[in-house]
This record gives sequence, C-alpha cells and structure tokens, in this order.
Amino acid sequence: MLRDLSLHILDLAQNSITAGAEKIEIVVASDENNEFLALSIKDNGCGMSAEFLASVADPFTTSRTTRKVGMGIPFFKLACDQAGGEFSICSVMNEGTELKGSFEIENIDRLPLGDVGDTVAFMISSAPQIRFLVTLKSVKGEFVFDTEAVKEEIGEVPITEYEILQWIKEYVNENVQIIFGGVLNEIIG
Amino acid sequence: MKSLAELKAIKEKTQNELAMRNAQNGIRIVVGMATCGIAAGARPVMNAFMDEIQKRNITHATVGMTGCIGMCRLEPIVEVIDKEGNKVTYVKMDADKAVRVVTEHIVNGSVVSEYTIGAVQD
Repeated sequence: MLRDLSLHILDLAQNSITAGAEKIEIVVASDENNEFLALSIKDNGCGMSAEFLASVADPFTTSRTTRKVGMGIPFFKLACDQAGGEFSICSVMNEGTELKGSFEIENIDRLPLGDVGDTVAFMISSAPQIRFLVTLKSVKGEFVFDTEAVKEEIGEVPITEYEILQWIKEYVNENVQIIFGGVLNEIIG
Repeated sequence: MKSLAELKAIKEKTQNELAMRNAQNGIRIVVGMATCGIAAGARPVMNAFMDEIQKRNITHATVGMTGCIGMCRLEPIVEVIDKEGNKVTYVKMDADKAVRVVTEHIVNGSVVSEYTIGAVQD
C-alpha cells in the first residue's frame, strides 16, 4: 500500500510516461459539498488494448517484463474502494488513457493528499520533455500549474535544475494550502 | 504568494552555474521509483540525494530515477554508476544512508560496503 494520494499520483504517472505520453493532465478536485475528493490522470500515450484494459485492475496483469505482478492500479483501486469511492479507467489505443478515482473526504480510510509539490517535481525530473498540467479545485477556488508556463519563463535553463524544481515544489504546495486548506481535514486552512 | 515572475531571478542565477556543471558530467545516481520503491520509501531517499548534492555543490554527479530494478524486497534501491559504467547497488536505503553515500562514495570515492547488495545478501 502507498501512504498517500501524492504517492499514487507519482506511481500512476509513471504508467503514462511509459506509455509515451506527451501531455499528462492531473486533476484533484473536491465537490461543492466537500463530500468527495476526485482524482483523475489523463494522458495522450499509447493506450491499452481492450483485453489488457479488462484485466488491468488485476495484480497479475502488468506491462513490465522483470516480473509478473503489477500493483500500481490494484493499489489505487483498493484506496478508492476502501474510502467509499469509485475507480474507473478508460483507454483508447493510440489515443490515451484516463484514470479516475474518488474518495469520501470524511472516510476514516481515505488517504491523505500528501506532498503534491514533491510529486510534481519528481514527475518533471523523470520526464522533463512531457507537458504536465496539474489542476487543483475546491469551493475555495481553482489553481492550474502548467510546465509550459514555467518553461516559457526560464528559457534555456533546464526545468530539471535543482532550484527550479525546488521553486515548483513550494509553488504547488502553497496553492495546495490555499485550495484545500480547511477543505481536507489534514490540511489546516 | 509565489508568482511565475520569480523564475526569472532563479534563471539568471542558475545560468552561470550551468556552464560549469555541463563540462564534467560523471557519476549517475539512479533511484528505483516503481510501485515497490515508492511504497518502501524511495521518495525521501531521492530527496536526500538531491538536497545533499546541492548543499555540497557537487558538480560531477546527477540524480535520476528508474522503474523496478527487480528485487522489490530490497527496495529502496539506489545504483551509483561511474564514468566507466561500473555500477554499485545500494539496497534498503533511507535518507540518512543516502547522505552517507554522498559523503563517502560520491565525494571521497570509497564505496559504503555495508549498504551494498553484496553485504545484505550473504
């Protein structure tokens, strides 16, 4: 099991990166009644065949060749199920994949959001060529982080520079605080 | 409140350092970050390596991540690969061990044998 949702995002984004995505969109949103937290990860990677998709939540399905088990998606589905939420995945060959999960915010078994800034910085450092769009939404507002906007500012300096990544971490986490502070009980508003 | 405009200042500051660093790319530090690695705590290890390398102003090493190295029970696993391609595999890592690997292996060039896969797997 992974300890928080940010680790799930980091883990699932690796699937999108492996699928050869050029753009990965991540949305974390709470509904207007603060009942559910929804997470979605959408990529424009290679997608999956219908057979693979049908069994993708089975731990004995994996695309890797080092072993025969893959726990990323099964763990995520479990995290949704045990927090009274739902899990779904759609994928179209050569178009991409969209994975969605939801969680009852007040459910005792809902994982905390975790360090989203750290996750964003890690995703970028593992695949700096990909455009990442991260949207945070709640009744308190909406924040969109776009790696293209960062790249425009920094020009020829690589986005993987330590200080740039550090800034991104802080920038994202500051906005996590603004959007989800007081909305998710683990984040003080 | 942070704003994107702050990136301009960071850009100017890093541009100078950048020229220096590219000249001598040597050691690669690779952290396994698949589901198994993440669950075992690879993220604090990765952070420790990046922070320590920045803190000590080390210019001859880069940190990267990879997928499953294939020995999930020994995660977090870190591989240190030198210029010639020689590889040292450290297993069951944590943030403190990462700091020691930077000091002893990356800076002083002596492998921390007790953390290597050879020492753990008799």
